[in-house]
Amino acid sequence: MIAEEKAMLEDIALRLPGFGKERGNLIPILQMIQRKHGYLPPDAINMVAEYLEIAPCEVYGVATFYNQFRFTPPGKHQIQICLGTACHVKGGDIILENFERKLEIREGETTPDREFGLERVACIGCCALAPVATVDESIQGHMAPSKVEGIILGFQIEKERVAREKKKNDAGG
Amino acid sequence: MMPEDNKTLEQIFSAIREKAATHAKEKEQIQGPKIYIGMATCGLASGALETKKAFEEALIQRNIQASITQVGCMGHCYGEPLVVIHNPGFPPILYHQVTPGKATMLVKSFLEEGDPLFEYLLGAMDENDMIPQVWDFPRFNQEKRVVTKKCGLIDPEEILDYIAMGGYAGLAEALRQDPRHIINQVKNSGLRGRGGAGFPTGQKWELARNTEGKEKTVILNADEGDPGAYMDRTILESNPHQVLEGIAICAHAVGARTAILYVRAEYPLAVKVVTWAIEQAKELGLLGNRILGTPFDLEISVFQGSGAFVCGEETALIQSIEGHRGMPQLRPPYPVQKGLWGNPTVINNVKTFATVPLILKHGETWYRNIGTESSTGTAIFSVVGDIVHAGLVEISMGVSLRTLIFDICGGVPNKKSFKAVQIGGPSGGCLPAEFLDTPIDFDSLTAAGAMMGSGGLVVMDEDTCMVDVARYFLDFTQKESCGKCTFCRIGTRHLLNILERITTGDGREGDLELLEDLSKDIKEGSFCGLGKTAPNPVLTSLRYFRDEYTAHVAEKRCPAGVCRPLTAYYIDLETCARGCDACVGSCPVEAIFTTKNRKKGVDPTLCVKCGECVTACPPEYDAVKKVSPPDRAPIVERPPDIDNC
Repeated sequence: MIAEEKAMLEDIALRLPGFGKERGNLIPILQMIQRKHGYLPPDAINMVAEYLEIAPCEVYGVATFYNQFRFTPPGKHQIQICLGTACHVKGGDIILENFERKLEIREGETTPDREFGLERVACIGCCALAPVATVDESIQGHMAPSKVEGIILGFQIEKERVAREKKKNDAGG
Repeated sequence: MMPEDNKTLEQIFSAIREKAATHAKEKEQIQGPKIYIGMATCGLASGALETKKAFEEALIQRNIQASITQVGCMGHCYGEPLVVIHNPGFPPILYHQVTPGKATMLVKSFLEEGDPLFEYLLGAMDENDMIPQVWDFPRFNQEKRVVTKKCGLIDPEEILDYIAMGGYAGLAEALRQDPRHIINQVKNSGLRGRGGAGFPTGQKWELARNTEGKEKTVILNADEGDPGAYMDRTILESNPHQVLEGIAICAHAVGARTAILYVRAEYPLAVKVVTWAIEQAKELGLLGNRILGTPFDLEISVFQGSGAFVCGEETALIQSIEGHRGMPQLRPPYPVQKGLWGNPTVINNVKTFATVPLILKHGETWYRNIGTESSTGTAIFSVVGDIVHAGLVEISMGVSLRTLIFDICGGVPNKKSFKAVQIGGPSGGCLPAEFLDTPIDFDSLTAAGAMMGSGGLVVMDEDTCMVDVARYFLDFTQKESCGKCTFCRIGTRHLLNILERITTGDGREGDLELLEDLSKDIKEGSFCGLGKTAPNPVLTSLRYFRDEYTAHVAEKRCPAGVCRPLTAYYIDLETCARGCDACVGSCPVEAIFTTKNRKKGVDPTLCVKCGECVTACPPEYDAVKKVSPPDRAPIVERPPDIDNC
């Protein structure tokens, strides 16, 4: 994990000079880090503060203000549950609860094996398909509690298949 | 194509138009059938990508030459994925809910054998004597498509499509005119800002024009944060150039040289489409330096909003672009006087900018004649919730809520009755059936206690609990409060606490009065629109649905059966079929057990009240029942576990 973080910080250090040192670049920089690495590690916050010559608490204050930024590593498969008005009326919170139960984590957390991350979002604007969840990049419309298990099972089967194939290849090679 | 110095605006623009006309003609002349697939976010969410793949595979398999074009959203979200097939010899036909399976069948039956598969089509797009037209249906013919007219008909990633349909003519017209004349036209058209507050657009522009300042800026506010609204996203995804054209006209009118598009980062497709649209427009000389050969320059960039509802407020939005927390600032000075980096700044909503080119093109009188006296033009709503034909609807201002919900959108599904409509998102209010004849315009809705808002409209049926809806909105505004004003920060927290205890059965006497008092204080003690309007959902639901609140507090009963701590499920042993296991598999927590006589029972200690068993129970038995308060459910004893014997 230490090596992973070190590589991350080195990468960020390489990218920072691509931005001007104006305060207006703060949010675009944070967005770049999150896009590349999935979250904002504490050391990256210090790095950005140093680069823009502002206090780390300023950077942290801005980052925590906005919903977009994450401070813990996301899961390999990120699941977002929409809780917009239409999704709420159609039972979005029940969907969220089902994911929490199946994955044994709370919203905003990642499973210990870092396979799944679970988040709530205010509205992704697919209200006609409510309730909606996004799993990685794909949007799942008309969700139902019974679909939750299927989605998670799908990933697990896929993972097992990959592992099996790898084992087969290793044995063959 | 860079405009050359010696060419006039007319010459350059007519060259661009000619290019677009040639492009359109070439498209027309492509032999064979043409398939258009709606691929905006709604379409993609319903599986448009898989549908497209199925079409491609089937075409190769059957060796048919046909062109596939990606288009934006037509607003008929209930029917996604939507596909239009134009097969020579037939009118263009609109198909709805085209799954990959249907796509394969359409290729085989329609494109190969000439049978248009009547069971799958919604209607024809043109007049003909073979197939009923979509324009005969109220969902199509009662709409007044002005701003969204081209959405879903053009390829959003092809600027020439837009120009061929008359696009950028408004900008060319504007560049011929004196900026003051443009402002006057917008003023006379009566256009009011479509972001929610309804401030007259022309007046805003005039203020910005008259303020001294070199670096004036125009900002597009596409920070559509209302949960339940997605009009701005759809317009940006389906017809980005109309918005860009409006921004350029505004910049010319107020004398700005920079424009920033503030788009939510949660809308990745919109960001992508708009960024590409800017590139294309620059290439044709419609944006960038020396636009259409005139001395007018416009530098345009995209800023991704990081997801804060309060950033829809203009001063907070500016704070956020400047790299700060998005906290609203005291007005005056208004952004038109002192905005981004201290310069005069005009901020308008997506729909406002998308309307401007049409006013320039068709004239102020044309626009004035749509809508009502004080609210001219059209309103765009995303009609969602418990509604048959959910989606995006554009109507003339002044149409009644009843027409919109029942005539155009088909009313409430599943034979349920209408209960309320929520307009204006977290700042708006819930209106009951008595208000269905209210005309939709800025002033009438405000008078009724709701507000126009940015255009989210959620229809709720009899199974919706109004206390729960109020709690939901407070949960949202409380999380999104920026924390600047005490009344908003702490007041909304207290409102939420009270609503939470009411919905969990711990409501106390006097709670309703407390809610009202607190709401008034928050409205008075807050500084920006968020705090001033946050109590609206509570106040309107208290005013129109007070008996529901009373039932929660006094009887610990949720009349709609929504608040889960106040409800229970049980299985009616009279109608439950012996040996049927439909509900058992559907239960996510294994709360359903088999009774001694092989019927089913629900264990209330395990049940999470998700309602899956109700869906699973075959309708001929209809044995799963919901009651409130929970102690009304009969107790069915779980027999000792046989497996353990």
